[in-house]
Parts: sequence; C-alpha cells; structure tokens
Amino acid sequence: MTLSNTSQPVNFGAVPDETGRFGPYGGKYVPETLMPALDELEEAYLNARGDKEFMAELAHLQHTYVGRPTPLSYARRLSEELGGAQIYLKREDLAHSGAHKINNALGQALLMKRKMGKTRIVAETGAGQHGVATATAAALLGIECIVYMGTVDMERQKPNVFRMQLLGTEVRAVDSGSQTLKDAINEAIRDWVTNVETTHYLLGSALGPHPYPAMVRDFQSIIGLEAHSQMQDPAEGGPGRLPDVIVACVGGGSNAIGIFHPFLEEESVRLIGVEAGGHGIEDGAHAARFADPQRGRLGVLQGTKSYVLQDSDGQIAITHSISAGLDYASVGPEHAWLRDVGRSEYTYCTDVQTLNGFNALCELEGIIPALESAHAIGYVLELAPQMTKDQVILVNLSGRGDKDLGTVMQAIGRDS
Amino acid sequence: MSGVERIEQVFRKLNQAGSAAFMPYHAMGYPTRQQSLDVITTLAEAGADLVEIGIPHSDPLADGPTIQTATYAALVGGTTVVDCLQMVRELRAKGVDTPFCAMSYYNPILAYGEESFVAAAASAGVDGLIVPDLPPGESELLEPACREAGLATIYMLAPTSTEERIRSVARHATGFIYLVSVTGITGARDELPPGLPAFVERVRRHTELPLAVGFGISTGPQAAKVAEIVEGVIVGSALVKAAGSDAGVEAVRSLAEQLAVGSHNGKVV
Repeated sequence: MTLSNTSQPVNFGAVPDETGRFGPYGGKYVPETLMPALDELEEAYLNARGDKEFMAELAHLQHTYVGRPTPLSYARRLSEELGGAQIYLKREDLAHSGAHKINNALGQALLMKRKMGKTRIVAETGAGQHGVATATAAALLGIECIVYMGTVDMERQKPNVFRMQLLGTEVRAVDSGSQTLKDAINEAIRDWVTNVETTHYLLGSALGPHPYPAMVRDFQSIIGLEAHSQMQDPAEGGPGRLPDVIVACVGGGSNAIGIFHPFLEEESVRLIGVEAGGHGIEDGAHAARFADPQRGRLGVLQGTKSYVLQDSDGQIAITHSISAGLDYASVGPEHAWLRDVGRSEYTYCTDVQTLNGFNALCELEGIIPALESAHAIGYVLELAPQMTKDQVILVNLSGRGDKDLGTVMQAIGRDS
Repeated sequence: MSGVERIEQVFRKLNQAGSAAFMPYHAMGYPTRQQSLDVITTLAEAGADLVEIGIPHSDPLADGPTIQTATYAALVGGTTVVDCLQMVRELRAKGVDTPFCAMSYYNPILAYGEESFVAAAASAGVDGLIVPDLPPGESELLEPACREAGLATIYMLAPTSTEERIRSVARHATGFIYLVSVTGITGARDELPPGLPAFVERVRRHTELPLAVGFGISTGPQAAKVAEIVEGVIVGSALVKAAGSDAGVEAVRSLAEQLAVGSHNGKVV
C-alpha cells in the first residue's frame, strides 16, 4: 500500500518485524530473566490470534460485558460553537470501567487464563484507568491481581484506588523516583522479574518490549474498526463518510494507535496525536516527547526504543501533566515510526488548553471527559474553526472524567 | 594487553590456584564522589579480583531497593557518565590495577553515543562492559565497538534462560558469563537458591568461559559455597549497604575481606 505523501511505499502490515521493530524503534531491551517470558507471551498471543474459539470468547465478552460496540456521538453543539468542522466522538468513555483500557486488559487477562498457565497478574497504572480495567478483568476471570501505582498518582486519583480495592485488587504504593507512572512500571517489572514463573505482566499501553506494543495495538484496534464502519453508516450515527481528521491523546499511545490503525491505509484521513504540553514546552514541565527538540530524543526506557524525554546524560526526565495517564517520558514505538514515515502527526495541548476542552465538552455536550481525552478536545477547539463545515473530525474520547473531579476542582479553584 | 585479556588472565591465575574470583560491585558517586573512590580502592586492597563500576541510572529496573537508593543518591549528588569514566581514570592514575567492568543501563550509553562511549571507557581504563537491559540480540552496534576496543562483552543468563538463549549468550560473550542466581532483582538474601548447581551445569554444556554468580550473595560462607561451583563470586547490594553505613569504608573493608577469603578458599582443588 502506498501513501501519497511519502516517497517510498510503506507497508503498514509489516511492522513490527520478527524482532519487534518498527523501523528503528521497538525491540526487547529487558534483563535476561524476562526474555523467555516475552518469547512465551509472543507464542501464546500468536496462537490465540489464530484460535477461533479464543477470539469468539473475547468478542462475546466485549459485547456482553464491556458493552461494545461503543457508540459514535455527533457533537452538535460543540461543532456549532466552533463554527468549523463537524465533530464526532468515539465513546470509549462508555465502555465498562470507564475507558478504552478494558479492551486490552480483558484481552491479556483472557490470554493468560486460556493460553499461559499463569495464576497472577501484575500491572502498573498512572491515572488508575488501566489499573481499574485490569482489576475488573481479574475479578471477572478470577485471577489474583496486584497493581503498582505511584504515590503522587494515588493522591490525585483517589477514587480509582478505592475502585481497584473494591474489585479485590491489591494496590501497592510506589514511592521511588518521581512517584508516577514510570516508577510504577519499574516496580511492576521488578515484581515480574521476581515472580515470572507464575506471573503475567499486564502492561497497559502500546509500550514496553516486544510483543507488547503490537499486542496492545491489536487489542485496541477494535476502536478503529468499529469507528471505521460507524462513520460510514448513518444508521450508526455516522456522517456517511470517513473523517478528514482523527484526533486522539497520546501518553503511551494505546487509544491513539487503536483508533489510528484501521485507518492507516485510508490516505485521505489525517491522523493527529495530542501529547501532554503541561505548563508549556519552554517551561520544561510537560510530557511532549515529540515537541521538545532538546530533551525528546531517541532512547530506551522500560524495554523499548522510542522517543524519550531525557537529559544529555541519558537520565530520564521528570515529566508533568495535569493528567496522570499522559504523564510519561516515552511514547509507543509505533507512533515514533508512523511519525517518521509521515503517516501521523503529533501536537500538544497544555494543561490550560486541556481544561478549556474539558469545560467545553461538559457544558456543550453533557459529557465529562477524562483529562487525558480532554487533551484531544482541547486541540479540537483550535483545529475545528480552521476547517470548513463540510469537513469531519473524529475524536477518540478515550475515557470518562469522574476520576478527575478532584484535580479539576483544584485547578479551577486555583485559576479562578 | 586488552581488557578481555586482562580479565582472562585473572581467571586463569585464580584457576591455577584453585580459587574463584571475588568480584564486587559499587555504585560510583555513592555515598559521595570521594567516598566511592575510597570504596573502590578499599575493595582492591581487600582482595577484589575484578571490580564492577556501577554507573548510576534514573530507572534501574533490574536493581533492588539498596542499589536503587544508592544510585539515586549518586545522581542527586551530580554523578554523570563522564565523571564515572573520569573516576576510573583517577583510580588507574593512583595505581589501582584490578580489572574493571563498567555496569550501565543502556540509555546512558545510547545518549553518550555507543561507539564514543566504548572508546572513552577503554581509554579511561575499563576492561569490560555489562549492560543488564541489553541482551545479545539488541547489541549489534555496541558489541563490534567493544571487540574493536578490546573490551569484554559480558552478558547475563538467568535460571529461566532456555537452551537457545544460553547458546546465544555463549556465542556473544567474552571474558566471563554473569549468572543471575535467582529470578529477581539485586539484593542480599539469606540462602543460596537450591537450583543453582543444576543451572550452572546447564550453562557449562555450552561454554568454556568462566562463570560468575551474582544476585543475593552477602556473606563469606555464602561466597565460599558459590566458589565451589563457579569461577567468580559477584557481590553488590551487601557491600553498597556497608558503604552507606556509619562505618563506611571500614565496613566495606571488613566485609570485603571475608568475601574475598570465602571466594578464594571455597574452591577445593
């Protein structure tokens, strides 16, 4: 398949290669103890993907338990207010447990249960959405579950901590380093290294060593597959055509890759990822890996090679975002590759722009979005007026915002 | 003599004497720059046959709490990769001639530039390189650079390693092979794992290289037990903990002497 805006044909189906690479990105940079576990996971995953019974069981759970397909909503008042492109929302916030994270959590938990003979799951969480999704899947399937979470994140996402505990998961506080997502991943990996024979690491984003980036992408691609058909079907609430632009927030990038992937070969559709601009790029307190030319460079963090925010000595930078789920120093390797080959673009939204997006969606559409997803909306406030009324934007509304009320109350209180 | 040859020579001599090598690790810059230099000098005086020079990283995902805390303190204290190599240079200038293996996670090396790092490390006086998050399949740039500079490329194997991975590591490793004695992160443990002899046996079938065991060794008697079955005894966390204690360098000296005796006498000829 060729692309009009690149000089060479790009085969999107050929990544990752057998060593887990997306061009120069990806790979398996882990301690030796984990290498056999990654090989085993890859084998189990490839086996499951070709197993009709497994795929049918997953589809059944996605339908009867998660509530898929999630709806497509036309954001009429937001579109009118901005006066440009027509805006559609893919409602992952309506998936059971409140975010797209359940697609991957359920997929991996079922994979472990049916194909791997392990009994225990460890996971990391930033915003708590992946932790809640994992705790949910573990409760559903009767699996022991431990979630690692930075103490800073536990404080700003208290309701999700309690949710996980209600679901029978043990939440372990991580007070090393920056006490956020990156440190929670370190601890989850340490647990996995120690208990690898009984334990599966249920990584929550399109990150980490191969096969995670590809496997998580595949489990999340259901978002884009549904949206692809819904957009073209007025009976499903779609405009009867493909969108001109798809916008999604990018932390590790699983919701973005999930909605982008089924559209990669649709040349007319622009794909835009929105990173966390925090207090602004010049300020340094952000998590915009692609937007910071000084600190965002090729690096290896937690098993994968990608763009990493780091200092000149290769030490990983401390990031900041109002949303815990985007507060991470690296980005999924496939995003780095898609950007290199010119298929997707990346921009960022500051905390302030994000809160504007958050408020707009609350007041104009009656939807309280997760602060992560509000980054995508914040950018749409800028983008939609530059487009014409016959053009269409599809936004991946990756999660709901109940968990963020404390943060927003504090932010609005401080700003007003 | 190249770094690889210096390391080979150490194992050859000890083997003739029926001893195993005592191979301590220390985190550079911990507790302070000067104290870390004193620790390395002390380890050499106390009978270390090879020293692992720990280069601090912000995200040490193979390390337990002791080394995490120490390397974090070193980073907060301003330790850089460049200064770690400068410290090696200073130690060599002072006459410390024990072989050194630099131990660094991959990202600081990548940020430095793989080939430049290897050249700088070799010229500073480093003899080998251990990169815990860089298995053989991912080191297509670093490994040739090490060959060129005469540095040993030391890879790890774990009890979980398959025959295929053992063969791959055996093909790529020079100097010695680092066996992780348990699945898990670094840190002192009370008992030697029961599966260790069988694991060592499994690796021996694929390599003639000296084998060194690390992860969890903290006492002289433990070192002696390990020395009965392999050529090298690696000790990290226990010594780092000693270096950070009130007794500091003297605590390091006393523990290192016991570990050296255990390593050297453990092997019964």
